[in-house]
Amino acid sequence: MQKVRRVISVIVMNESSVLARVTSLFAGRGYNIDSLTVAPIPGSELSHITIVTKGSNKVIEQIIKQLHKLIPTLKVIEHEEMVEKEMVLIKFPIDENLSDIAALCSAYNGGIVNVGVDMVIAMASDEPVRIRHFIEAAQRYSPCEVVRGGVVAIER
Amino acid sequence: MQMSGAQMVCEALIAEGVKTVFGYPGGAIMNVYDEIYKQDGFEHILNRHEQASVHAADGYARSTGEVGVAMVTSGPGFTNAVTGLATAYMDSIPMVVISGQVPLSLIGTDGFQEIDAVGISRPCTKHNYLVKSVKELPGILKEAFYIARSGRPGPVLVDIPKDITAEMGEFEYPKEISIPTYKPNYKGNERQIKKAADAIKKAKKPLLYIGGGAVLSDASELIRELAKKTEIPAVETLMARGVMGAKNPLLLGMLGMHGNYASNMAMSETDLVISLGARFDDRVTGKLSEFAKYADVIHVDIDPANIGKLVDVDYPIVGDISTVVQKLLLALEDVNTDNYRAWREILNRYDELHPQSYQDSDEVLKPQWVIERIGELLGEEAIITSDVGQHQMWAAQHYPFDRPRQWINSGGLGTMGFGLPAALGAKRGNPDKTVINITGDGSILMNVQELVTASEYRIPVINVILNNHFLGMVRQWQTFFYDKRYSETDLSYQPNFKALAEACGGIGFDVTTKAEFDAALKEAIEQEKVCFMNVAINRLENVLPMVPSGGALYNMLLEHKDQ
Ligand SMILES: Cc1ncc(C[n+]2csc(CCOP(=O)(O)OP(=O)(O)O)c2C)c(N)n1
Repeated sequence: MQKVRRVISVIVMNESSVLARVTSLFAGRGYNIDSLTVAPIPGSELSHITIVTKGSNKVIEQIIKQLHKLIPTLKVIEHEEMVEKEMVLIKFPIDENLSDIAALCSAYNGGIVNVGVDMVIAMASDEPVRIRHFIEAAQRYSPCEVVRGGVVAIER
Repeated sequence: MQMSGAQMVCEALIAEGVKTVFGYPGGAIMNVYDEIYKQDGFEHILNRHEQASVHAADGYARSTGEVGVAMVTSGPGFTNAVTGLATAYMDSIPMVVISGQVPLSLIGTDGFQEIDAVGISRPCTKHNYLVKSVKELPGILKEAFYIARSGRPGPVLVDIPKDITAEMGEFEYPKEISIPTYKPNYKGNERQIKKAADAIKKAKKPLLYIGGGAVLSDASELIRELAKKTEIPAVETLMARGVMGAKNPLLLGMLGMHGNYASNMAMSETDLVISLGARFDDRVTGKLSEFAKYADVIHVDIDPANIGKLVDVDYPIVGDISTVVQKLLLALEDVNTDNYRAWREILNRYDELHPQSYQDSDEVLKPQWVIERIGELLGEEAIITSDVGQHQMWAAQHYPFDRPRQWINSGGLGTMGFGLPAALGAKRGNPDKTVINITGDGSILMNVQELVTASEYRIPVINVILNNHFLGMVRQWQTFFYDKRYSETDLSYQPNFKALAEACGGIGFDVTTKAEFDAALKEAIEQEKVCFMNVAINRLENVLPMVPSGGALYNMLLEHKDQ
């Protein structure tokens, strides 16, 4: 069966162990997690979890139903039409071509965000596919560390 | 009112109408046991193993329809209870288990008898709680009972740190409860129900496929009415035995791996499956791609996640079985039962061709005879529990179950050791019924300590040990699929079962003939003591028919040369 990529938002009560319930569901039932982000929704007792997963349509349908079934789950949104963004931080040696790096970052809604004695830290935020391209392009400048933030998404 | 957390637990149980708690004390739960000592709102039964406490609460719940309650201490008390939780979870049994936990300040320090109970039980409970303050305790207890019994029922764990049971707090037990994130849908979508009814009217070969959900929803009466009105034949899963009633002419029998010929053929040839609270378990479907290959599927289930999980569904209906069947009945007012006559005749011929039968013997007792005999003598009056193995399947095939909640077994998890403690719970919940545990010489030893509990509390359950000196079901697979290499299944070395029962305050019988069986059963019922009937049966008897695992339902082994 063909696997599809899906972004799923789960709105949950902001209570202890709710994230464990979600992740152990994925682990226990053998579902994939490509990326997972979570943060409280301002001014509420809720948290917003964004999960990127892969699976056949049947599996995706089960994932959504099983997420729904968790008692603290208020809503499960499977995005069809949405805006997805991801952020990445990359550390480069200071002797790389900094103006090239800065130019590259600005093409991906980012820039150099910190300069140390022998490292610079660059940031980009863009669609997940473009973030992948950015990381590929960054390879030219011998990155020492890459930290991706995971996908966040919102319905259009 | 101000009271300690421990008192709150007792008050909440009383407010929920709990009459019996099954449990076992220990350090972390002692505050609660101290309050149990002081109250007289409910009785506590001290099992001799926490697993048995949970199974007993489970048997109580299955036989009465009420929420079963068990109580255990932290650490090993809790881990002993896990098999019980998982057993109840797989069969959707409403239960609340209260466990002690180390004090809040010690959590996370690998304290004495600390174990992450909510972590371990997450995959085998419907929901669970670690109580973090005495303030939230009353609300959590209320929620626990509500979640356990509503929607698709299931076990709920409430893990309470010791300092919280000591702490004082304000107790006001909520009357009503609403959890914004948890709203089970009972009603069933009217349009879908209408469409399903139309499909039923158009079908030529419809089949009612009845599962354990029908028992949980107390839908037996309505389903019998549905069958009677439409004259649509029915098959039951292992968990649904009793829903249609053994004497019902529309009941074909049990389907699945050890289903009878007519039931499995009906499922293979039907053009419309009407699934009522069944979940298409692999032990039922056999090879999925061949299962009900020619059929559209109506699937009624309270749990949306069950629908479309394994089989593609044409008419999904999320709702309570009783509610939906009631609506179906209205929508089927003008059904023409003649439409299905030819189909019923085909199925009757299948049943005549290969009825559920066995070869009786004059030399040795046959397990099927024993079960049919219990059925003849006790029929509807008895509650039958069982363990797991061949004896379980023979009981499901041959006992004339006439009502729901009469047949109590671990279907989903298949837990050996379930039968005796579940029988204790069932008997406590139904003191007027004769409770018989049909078990094997392997399974019975897995909670045999409960003989003591049964004697102490005068709970006279009768254990019919169908003794084949084998782990019979595993041996059967070895006979069929492993060239008779009987690896670790020979149980020739046995305890003296009669003496074992007597040593624990019960009575025992060794039975080798039909006459001895009748006499022993009569005496067991009269003596009102926990009892072992050690029944020597044909060692190599097999459960038939059998669909080899992974095979199509219609490819049944109907006989075996070693039989
Ligand atoms: C706790 C547990 N362990 C192992 C099994 C696997 N198992 C299934 S049936 C069976 C044999 C049961 O033997 P017995 O109780 O003597 O019943 P019989 O099949 O002989 O009737 C075993 C070992 C199980 N179901 N449960």
